[in-house]
Amino acid sequence: MSTSHLDYLDRLEAEAIHIMREVAGQFERPALLFSGGKDSIVLTRLAEKAFRPGRFPFPLVHVDTGHNFPEVLAYRDELAARLGEKLIVRKVEDTIKQRGLRDATGKFPSRNPLQTYTLLDVIEEFEFDACIGGARRDEEKARAKERIFSVRDEFGQWDPKRQRPELWNVYNGKIQKGENVRVFPISNWTELDVWRYIQRENIALPSIYFGHERTCVVLPSGQLLGLSEHLQLDETDEIVQRQVRYRTVGDSTCTAAVESNASTIDDIIEDLLLAKVSERGATRLDDNISEAGMEDRKRNGYF
Amino acid sequence: MDLLRFITCGSVDDGKSTLIGRLLYDSDSVSLDILAALENKPTVHGTVDLALLTDGLRAEREQGITIDVAYKYFTTPRRKFIITDAPGHVQYTRNMVTGASNADLAIVLVDARLGVIEQTRRHSMVAALLGIRHFVLAVNKMDLVGYSQEVFDQIVADYAEVAKQLRLTNIKAIPLSALHGDNIVERSTHLTWYNGPSLLEHLESVPATEEASVQESRFQVQYVIRPQTDELPDYRGYAGRIQSGTYRKGDKVTVLPSGIETAIEAIEINQQEVETAVAPQSVILRLADDVDVSRGDSIVPVKQVPHITRELEATLCWMAEAPLRGGRKFLLQHHSALVKASLPTILYKIDVQTFTHVATDEAKLNDIVRVRLKTAAPIVADPYRQNRDSGSFILVDEQTGNTVAAGLIEATDPELFTEAEPGALAFSI
Repeated sequence: MSTSHLDYLDRLEAEAIHIMREVAGQFERPALLFSGGKDSIVLTRLAEKAFRPGRFPFPLVHVDTGHNFPEVLAYRDELAARLGEKLIVRKVEDTIKQRGLRDATGKFPSRNPLQTYTLLDVIEEFEFDACIGGARRDEEKARAKERIFSVRDEFGQWDPKRQRPELWNVYNGKIQKGENVRVFPISNWTELDVWRYIQRENIALPSIYFGHERTCVVLPSGQLLGLSEHLQLDETDEIVQRQVRYRTVGDSTCTAAVESNASTIDDIIEDLLLAKVSERGATRLDDNISEAGMEDRKRNGYF
Repeated sequence: MDLLRFITCGSVDDGKSTLIGRLLYDSDSVSLDILAALENKPTVHGTVDLALLTDGLRAEREQGITIDVAYKYFTTPRRKFIITDAPGHVQYTRNMVTGASNADLAIVLVDARLGVIEQTRRHSMVAALLGIRHFVLAVNKMDLVGYSQEVFDQIVADYAEVAKQLRLTNIKAIPLSALHGDNIVERSTHLTWYNGPSLLEHLESVPATEEASVQESRFQVQYVIRPQTDELPDYRGYAGRIQSGTYRKGDKVTVLPSGIETAIEAIEINQQEVETAVAPQSVILRLADDVDVSRGDSIVPVKQVPHITRELEATLCWMAEAPLRGGRKFLLQHHSALVKASLPTILYKIDVQTFTHVATDEAKLNDIVRVRLKTAAPIVADPYRQNRDSGSFILVDEQTGNTVAAGLIEATDPELFTEAEPGALAFSI
């Protein structure tokens, strides 16, 4: 067997495992941020490969917006039980009460911006020094410039101009008190790579990733948003029944579905190869607000 | 399908962002919504400005420059590509070094109207220093010189001089126009005198990764796995990545720096035992004897033991605002090994334009210098020329935690240390 026989997915996997083990080796109190989405599900598989037969050297942490898809919560609890790993859940709802914040309002009240408060609180509560996340550089232009080990100050802020150079595969996790590091082991994966890996590894996913019939609101942009109790709809809104699936899983009030009959992972990959709209473009309502939407949120502590 | 990582060297003025934009665009890697966002932007020529595909941060869009290393991805039926886009301005050598550290190939971009300039020499030198084996001399803006073969041939001849000095071997020169898409994905109809491949054809066919498996075998422990459960009370697994070479079950190995010899009892990948594993796989090694091994230790074959040293000579790219002077102390991070180090002497600086030594007692941001280092504990290392993985390290400022230098090990044996010779040709491979 020689190096050249390794598939590109083998190489991406080896890199991600190496990064996770660096977290385990360099930090006292790391955590894995788990959203129930496919990227964080892939992270749990990579953690199994990195640390079994031992336990994970970190708990799974879910920042719960309260605007969830029930299928995802069920999946989360099942997965944590199957892995036998610790799951910490902190709710945006509670942060709003404790800090006297204003809840999201409007027609499509996204709690995405509020998540940041809960995230920073949970980091402080458990004194996490490193948080592993499933962000990828292909998602968005600001992410394309972020390091794999991304140092944040005590306010969780990302300063793109003060990033440490990241050389070879040497990851510098040296931080000062109050700082923490966000770590992105699948930085170099694309959406398609994630799906091909899920296919290869035969990873089970929440059912909302596959084509299913759902009652949706048609947005002015033409995007479809699954109907939920959190939406404040008008008489004039068009409600339709469509065969849809989700490409990403987030706050249900700002994550759009795409029309699809894809019922298997193979179908989804086929869909993706034909798809001409990016993952965020198709499904996120909040990044389009301003061109620098993601950059601003990252600067403020969003992961 | 395999993976090729390449770096693009050049500045916005050379059409670098346009070149990357064109590769993404012509290989169908740009989504409709991103194109729509581009099309809403006013452009000089009235066409889509492909350069906007790569400018990520607000300040970059405002100033029309690239501040930081960005990563872009595209896939063809043959390969997955990771593009490292490093800014080309003089003051950004540190970004170029960062980008080149992980690249298998460098595209050196030249404006056909300007030919080989200072920047071309500097970029080639940094890429060669960082151990990149494959070079593409991309002669861009051929449309602006009437697609002239003469112009192209002159640039190729000029670059041959640079290549000779740097001892570059694998160079492919391609005439192209990123703006018009000539020779990027499809071969150009304007360049009929050129019979070679398009840029993408070349990127798809060049050998992807250096054969790390034929090098000496290196493995560094990142993390010790000890479940301490009823089923596995005594399990000790050494988790790490094979940095180079091959490991086989039963191999006789030495644990370094302690020097204790033992054998590999098992190699595990994903909880399965395997007979053999190769770089760059992440594995768990279990050893036949109960020996003391911790994070940062190396496990190597008994017949391929590297130097264990507390003194080394290295080339540094200085990356901090405050200049470096002899006498400072740092943390030296050699992958998973972290030791204190002092830097008593700067031997000389390398002039990135002439490739010669210049006497100096300080290194400024972006300078490349040859230094001596002493470490508080022994490190297990190879010269960078022999092993890009075990030959590389970073220096970390103890107070701020910032990465202040990239280090390439030149010699681990004091007998091979050089004396400063101002004026001599610095570059040797």
